[in-house]
Amino acid sequence: MTEGPLFPPEPSGGPIGANPSFVDLVRRSRPETLPTATGITHDVASPHGTTVVALKFATGVVFGGDRRATEGFTIADEKMEKVFAADDLSVIAIAGAAGQAIEIVKLFQLELEHYEKITGDRLSLEGKANRLAQMIRGNLPMAIQGLVVVPLFGGFDERRDEGRIFYYDATGGRWEEDDYHSTGSGGRPARSSLKKRWRPGLDRSEALEVAVEALVDASQEDAATGGPDPTRGIFPTVVVVTAEGAESVGEDELRGAYERVVGGGS
Amino acid sequence: MSFMPYVPPEQRIKDLSDFAHKGIARGKSVVGLEYTDGVLFIAENPSATLHKISEIYDRIAFAGVGKYSEFEDLRISGVRHADLRGYSYGRDDVRARDLANAYSQALSTIFTQQLKPYEVEILVGEVGEEDGNEIYHVLFDGTVTDEHGHVAIGGHAEELSNAVREAYQPGWDLATAVRQAVGALSTAEGREIEPEQVEAGVLDRTRQQRRKFRRLGDQEVATILAG
Repeated sequence: MTEGPLFPPEPSGGPIGANPSFVDLVRRSRPETLPTATGITHDVASPHGTTVVALKFATGVVFGGDRRATEGFTIADEKMEKVFAADDLSVIAIAGAAGQAIEIVKLFQLELEHYEKITGDRLSLEGKANRLAQMIRGNLPMAIQGLVVVPLFGGFDERRDEGRIFYYDATGGRWEEDDYHSTGSGGRPARSSLKKRWRPGLDRSEALEVAVEALVDASQEDAATGGPDPTRGIFPTVVVVTAEGAESVGEDELRGAYERVVGGGS
Repeated sequence: MSFMPYVPPEQRIKDLSDFAHKGIARGKSVVGLEYTDGVLFIAENPSATLHKISEIYDRIAFAGVGKYSEFEDLRISGVRHADLRGYSYGRDDVRARDLANAYSQALSTIFTQQLKPYEVEILVGEVGEEDGNEIYHVLFDGTVTDEHGHVAIGGHAEELSNAVREAYQPGWDLATAVRQAVGALSTAEGREIEPEQVEAGVLDRTRQQRRKFRRLGDQEVATILAG
């Protein structure tokens, strides 16, 4: 195992300036720790994460994901997390090959933190979205082998003073979404639900309800999407990002939103 | 073919040390202090953006004096080292002692093998979960010491060290530590130091976030000094 590029300090990647990318650093000095597709075929069973949704509301964005992971026709996990705060002001939600996706999230979080520490500045939201696109593109060889990762990304853009949402395809294609989006196996029913329920200028608790309702609808249409299970205390993972930061929504608040959704006769 | 004249190793080391000392003596100073909630680094720094004090990892901070390009080089290497460690193993496995050793090795190699030594001195601080902070002081030749309570490095290290030693008491809160440290800097420099000239960073164990490092803004420092 090679130890980092640390000492003596190496020239930092170019004639001018230190390269602030953590992924480049790992590729240079510890390439064996990066996810690879070598030897993985369709026969290797791996869990898949399913449905995630994202929507804008008055002061930011809400990202939610169901908790189920499937492995073929079996349920691999009923408590998987698919929505993560990427840093203080952004959030990433993943659908697709779970192992691969978690690794990409971890690398992406480190990428943002590393950039911030090396340069002393936070990346712009646009910059973060582009960087993620490049990382998804780097996963293309694995996507071709079946390990597809399709994230939703968003957060609060300090420069524009608004929440923004981006979605991706397996090739690293990146599009900005104006209102709401969903992806994964239950993405289609979730989007139909969002289409009916979403409107501009929702407040925080309304936005939570819309997100939970979309996930409940998806779980009723799609076998691979897990619905909320109040008896076992399983609720979607929901992260809200506003100018104040990224906040993971607690179980009580989600239970309340869920009860309003099902109690409301939807 | 030309021959280098023979220079005894004692003389060579002395010359290199003198050279490094002179470089460091031209620059500003940094104070490191333990206070109730963690570790405080404080410096006189006319620039608001070219930092002497920065974050390395969740519980680890860095302070450097001397030549900016050289301690910045060390800082970046430290961030890379720490982030790679944390990625390959776990976040809890990144420790200040390990980093201080790496710095010590690097500076020692540079001191003996490169044309000129680095004209820097650095501090590496780590805040403990309950108590038990660590502060390491690494010199340009790789000498490393662990410090308790307080430490001063840089241009007026000796005067500053004396001033801090006289004032220091364990158990200061943040405001007292900042006031005393700025007081000591003023005494050592022989002039009043304005709040906007002060750069301060803390490793605060009471912070909720995983990353315990925080900079004190000019406004916050001014409020503390006025209070």
